Amino acid sequence: MQFPKDLKYTPQHEWIRVEGDLGTCGISDFAQDSLGDVVHVELPAVGAVLRARDRAAEVESVKAVSDVYAPVSGTVTEVNEGLDGSEDAVNRDPYGEGWLFRLRLFAPEELATLLDVAAYEAHVAEAGH
Amino acid sequence: MTRPLVTSGASGLLQEEPLIFERSVPGRRAAWPRPLDVPPADDLDPALLRAVPPRLPEVSEPDVVRHHTRLSQRNYGIDAGFYPLGSCTMKHNPRVSEDLAALPGFGGLHPNQPVSSVQGALRVMVELEDALAEITGLDAVTLQPSAGAHGEFTGLLIVRAAHEARGDARRRILIPESAHGTNPASATLCGYETVEVPAGPDGVMLPESVRSLMAPDVAGLMVTHPNTVGLYETHLREICAVVHDGGGLVYGDGANLNALMGVARPGDVGIDVMHVNLHKTFSTPHGGGGPGAGPVAVRAALAPYLPRPVIQRGERLAIDWDRPLSIGKVRSFYGNFGVLVRAWTYVRQMGGPGLSWASRMAVLNANYLRARLGASYEVAFDRPCMHEVILTDRRQRPHGVETMDIAKALMDHGFHPPTVYFPLVVPHALMVEPTESESLDEMDAFVAAMEAVARQASEDPASLHAAPWRSYRRRLDEVLAAKSPDLRYTWPSPEGSASGGD
Repeated sequence: MQFPKDLKYTPQHEWIRVEGDLGTCGISDFAQDSLGDVVHVELPAVGAVLRARDRAAEVESVKAVSDVYAPVSGTVTEVNEGLDGSEDAVNRDPYGEGWLFRLRLFAPEELATLLDVAAYEAHVAEAGH
Repeated sequence: MTRPLVTSGASGLLQEEPLIFERSVPGRRAAWPRPLDVPPADDLDPALLRAVPPRLPEVSEPDVVRHHTRLSQRNYGIDAGFYPLGSCTMKHNPRVSEDLAALPGFGGLHPNQPVSSVQGALRVMVELEDALAEITGLDAVTLQPSAGAHGEFTGLLIVRAAHEARGDARRRILIPESAHGTNPASATLCGYETVEVPAGPDGVMLPESVRSLMAPDVAGLMVTHPNTVGLYETHLREICAVVHDGGGLVYGDGANLNALMGVARPGDVGIDVMHVNLHKTFSTPHGGGGPGAGPVAVRAALAPYLPRPVIQRGERLAIDWDRPLSIGKVRSFYGNFGVLVRAWTYVRQMGGPGLSWASRMAVLNANYLRARLGASYEVAFDRPCMHEVILTDRRQRPHGVETMDIAKALMDHGFHPPTVYFPLVVPHALMVEPTESESLDEMDAFVAAMEAVARQASEDPASLHAAPWRSYRRRLDEVLAAKSPDLRYTWPSPEGSASGGD
């Protein structure tokens, strides 16, 4: 299971990659593995303003429907339209082609509250599944 | 390959069955009506008429009868064997209930008959209302809602009406993560914003979690009790007090009432309004889409908001529409009356001691399975459970075997799979609810099947990935089914003037 070092994570298994004031978000390798084959993804509206931990997206697999939360506060600038019909990208490439939405951060200091890779790996190990 | 130990399926005469369309032979038919001997209608709007007749399967009567008989023989239900779905209470449906529901005085009624001619039917309804009030510990009941989620919606409309009547409209509802999956949907449909209450580490809700979320705009709490992980909400009395102190009401999802009937009354711990699933707890048939019934019970203070009409008590029963505070009708006529007759029969046949015995046996059975299956599977919350127990695949995953494989393999061993991957709070859950209907022998056979699957998981995991081996169809492609459902027949080639799969 892969957890890239340049990302920040949440205990709910979202990741965010920050470039300037933009943050690209998705679900972790652990999350996609737990969910199983993804068959449907609901993405937020571009322009939506999300507070940290607001429900941002929904990922449905053959096993379950799961909410995806905004790791930090921001305005949605872009969503991954390419997932429509290619939802399996979330399973194949959760940190690349399987990204979900992009935020323009308005409270970058919130990033300090997220988990770095070591803390996230420890969290996953503790979850144990 | 490890051979399955037990099977309850037939092994000979397993008849393949094509789609009814594939049985079609041009010109073949079952009925030959006489030629039309009245003038054809000529005043129909041409825009509404078909240019070509629909292409229907052309089959004989024996074709149709065999087609549907064969399909029906592949159906699996509680009458065929143990149906261990968690959160569903698939208990036996007594035949005497069917007999009573079929009596001409019940089955032949028309809902528009004069009230004077349906006094017996109304008597059954008021007696059922009274029984449900007594069992839930609440004061008044509506029998209109025709399913559990319909009851939730009705109950929340009552909560909203009660708040609005005192000029205190509120917009949010607290819902624990251990609630039934339909709860957030019902609350949203009712116009509420939902707020999730996390469960404590031992699977039950803690008063401090509710206290920290309670606010003046919170209309109430929607709690499933016992909760969806099969545990008694031990702090519920204190939690209800917190909600009441904040001006909120407590909605109880009664889907799991089979654990409490005649033993503990939700109204006594502070629940203000709740629904009861007659098709679960009160043994009316369900599965395959109903019909169900989800009566809602409320405290006396909420009774004015119940759906109308209500039955007016007295020597002669009457229908009372004069209910100015009522939320209105939530269903045509009086609900699924046939289901109400079955539930009334069940209550009358069991009596108070019988109902409480049923709940005690349901809880004992679940704990028996918890204790026995704990030897080969991880139990999610290994402490006394209520009417259902949750296992996980944690001990099988190191062999590359997960919940879905276990569920599929169980079919090869003669048992219907339990509920899987629910509730979401337990990753990779397998949820089993034996109900009071299963005998010790039946549960031991189930345990033997589950143990055989666990052995197979460690000795021959690859065989489980391909399970089921012995069912009519092998492992289905669930991703394809979810993403590209093929729900409509397309004729292979156009024939005559009709084309495609009209």
